[in-house]
Amino acid sequence: MTEQATGAHHPQPRAPRAAQQPITEQVTGAQSLIRSLEEVGADTVFGIPGGTILPAYDPMFDSKRVRHILVRHEQGAGHAATGYAQATGKVGVCMATSGPGATNLVTPIADAHMDSVPLVAITGQVNSTSIGTDAFQEADICGITMPITKHNFLVTKAEDIPRTIAEAFHIASTGRPGPVLVDIAKDALQAQTVFSWPPQLDLPGYRPVTKPHAKQIREAAKLIVQAKRPVLYIGGGVLKARATDELRILAELTGAPVATTLMALGAFPDSHPQHIGMPGMHGSVSAVTAMQKADLLVALGARFDDRVTGRVDTFAPFAKIVHADVDPAEIGKIRAADVPIVGDAREVIADLVVAIQAEHEAGRYGDYAGWWAQIDLWRKTYPLGYDLPEDGSLSPQQVIQRIGKLAPEGTIYTAGVGQHQMWASQFIDYEKPYTWLNSGGLGTMGYAVPAAMGAKAGMPERTVWAIDGDGCFQMTNQELVTCALNNMPIKVAIINNGALGMVRQWQTLFYNERYSNTVLHSGPTQCSTDSGSGSAAEAQKAQNLGTRTPDFVKLAEAMGCVGIRCEDPTQLDSVIEKANSINDRTVVVDFICHEDAMVWPMVAAGTSNDEVLAARGVRPDFGDMEDD
Amino acid sequence: MSKHTLSVLVENKPGVLARITALFSRRGFNIDSLAVGTTEHPDISRITIVVNVIEDLPLEQVTKQLNKLVNVLKIVELESSSAIHRELVLIKVRADNETRSQITEIVQLFRAKTVDVSPEAVTVEATGSADKLEALLRMLEPFGIKELVQSGTIAIGRGARSITDRSLRALDRSA
Repeated sequence: MTEQATGAHHPQPRAPRAAQQPITEQVTGAQSLIRSLEEVGADTVFGIPGGTILPAYDPMFDSKRVRHILVRHEQGAGHAATGYAQATGKVGVCMATSGPGATNLVTPIADAHMDSVPLVAITGQVNSTSIGTDAFQEADICGITMPITKHNFLVTKAEDIPRTIAEAFHIASTGRPGPVLVDIAKDALQAQTVFSWPPQLDLPGYRPVTKPHAKQIREAAKLIVQAKRPVLYIGGGVLKARATDELRILAELTGAPVATTLMALGAFPDSHPQHIGMPGMHGSVSAVTAMQKADLLVALGARFDDRVTGRVDTFAPFAKIVHADVDPAEIGKIRAADVPIVGDAREVIADLVVAIQAEHEAGRYGDYAGWWAQIDLWRKTYPLGYDLPEDGSLSPQQVIQRIGKLAPEGTIYTAGVGQHQMWASQFIDYEKPYTWLNSGGLGTMGYAVPAAMGAKAGMPERTVWAIDGDGCFQMTNQELVTCALNNMPIKVAIINNGALGMVRQWQTLFYNERYSNTVLHSGPTQCSTDSGSGSAAEAQKAQNLGTRTPDFVKLAEAMGCVGIRCEDPTQLDSVIEKANSINDRTVVVDFICHEDAMVWPMVAAGTSNDEVLAARGVRPDFGDMEDD
Repeated sequence: MSKHTLSVLVENKPGVLARITALFSRRGFNIDSLAVGTTEHPDISRITIVVNVIEDLPLEQVTKQLNKLVNVLKIVELESSSAIHRELVLIKVRADNETRSQITEIVQLFRAKTVDVSPEAVTVEATGSADKLEALLRMLEPFGIKELVQSGTIAIGRGARSITDRSLRALDRSA
């Protein structure tokens, strides 16, 4: 197959580095795996060895081009690989042994699948002759991950390893990116084979469409200049396609408002006057409302997620829909598109720019002055904000806002899932792409620390702040050891409110303040209160503040990190400055925050976006409240 | 509710059928009938799926999701007006000296075949559309059906055009 790849008259566009001299070497399957990883340019692998993957770790020991980072839990390896991928734009790689090693990767693989992150997971499998016999540490990981991978492979022959690795990286990184799992039987790793590179890819059924249809583009441009109330609804696909420069040109050319989803923060500068915020359950009033009132939504690399749309049958009722996505299955999945466009966001936006210019040259401009007046009123009346706690304790929103203000330029932020994630999305300004990494679709608690580690591994010169909750932190904090031992100094802010805050918020709003199993730092006598009666709540509060288990400062120090605690708002800036000044060690700051802070605005689950509340009990006045 | 017949050309590789059936169940679809077999090309298998859907939109969604499977080469919906649909059925009918001739008469009427005879039973083989086989079954039921086995529907478009041509070319290009 190698001689074909070099022939100039046989162009092989899919084969990587086809123009180079072919390589042929006598090796073991394991060596050919590591050589393949070197050739595809995988410079960092997060993983843990074990029985069946052991043959691969022997040549890994000698590789000069692949750096292996030994993590403390396979889930950490998976999230680190996605953090690495999202920060660098390259394919993230994680490695684990068969059975429990592989099943521990399931959560990060599902996470990468939901958020379209290019990830290659390599797992060992029992000998091909033992597959199906319930052998020691056997798990059918291909069967398990079938619905949560873009594709997966079971390799039982050594000669298939290079081609499969090349195919895995190709599938993971092209079209709509996603996770690919390569499960390799131990005897395939041990067998003798010939390593040849580049291999010939054999993917006749894989043909992602990236070039948009010209007629659809013209149709979309026409709608944009005809619209009176358009919104550019920008999703994570714009970041995946690396189309942020093009987006800015398109936005400024059209003059239309831009809303960036949770997955797209940083795709368009937060400070840009045309940026109207994040849509969705905890989006800004201006973004949520603008989309509800819009007469045209131009969805670019977005998928009408239920957290964005609220009740679908009442979402953006007046809007025509232009929907561009590289995945044809996303178009029309939730909301029928008036103009469907299948294509890579970068090519779509570049073509749209040309088509809009043609409209302008023909004298057709969109006039959005009235629309902007309305949006500006919403922005002015309902800005994002928060009240400081009356008892003088730390406000979690303020902590996060100050971290954002004091962090050096180019800082990458990661978050877990919950209140702290939403506040980090609201109160940090994202000016540059690839500076905000979070678990959007799957909502994986515990994402922040390992993802920050992965981002730091890929971008060692950048500051990486993990904004984490005390609930999330207790799921994956063991990776701080990995950070400490491998010179990956990240910074972790634990927004410590002593509770599973977002769940507690729902209990406050929808479960009559019955805080069932959401108090994390409770003492032995803690019990749930049947009502929100003052005395019981007070007693519980006193109890919670009195216990500090675990002690995050001591925990951080035990794991080789610097631990700092901050409880006093007057110390806030100096503590953050101190954390920022320590760049040779991982720093963990335990911010003891008020437990009753809530995330606003909010669209309650299952309700319409028309019911957005700017704060508890405060529904914005859109001039339609004749019933009230 | 409407029935749709999808012809799915796939790479002949292990696990492909599992990927397809798993996708149907994950997206909440019920497979009415399923038939898998080789084609004129050894590297391509053809899966014929009959699926019952409530409206057309989710069928489009399942077709798009199927198309995303890396091992799927092509999906064609075969309309009943422009394609030939066939099923095969083997029916073991209770028979004695009195009823045997009546049964064979019905078998001939339906252009079916008697493939096995024993003192207590006759085994009938029949092919045809679902409607025809249903009619045959209705006629045989009064005699007593001891056992019945039915294949999934297979279907092919009418006329000279072949749905495999282009997929074969794609396969040749990548091989």
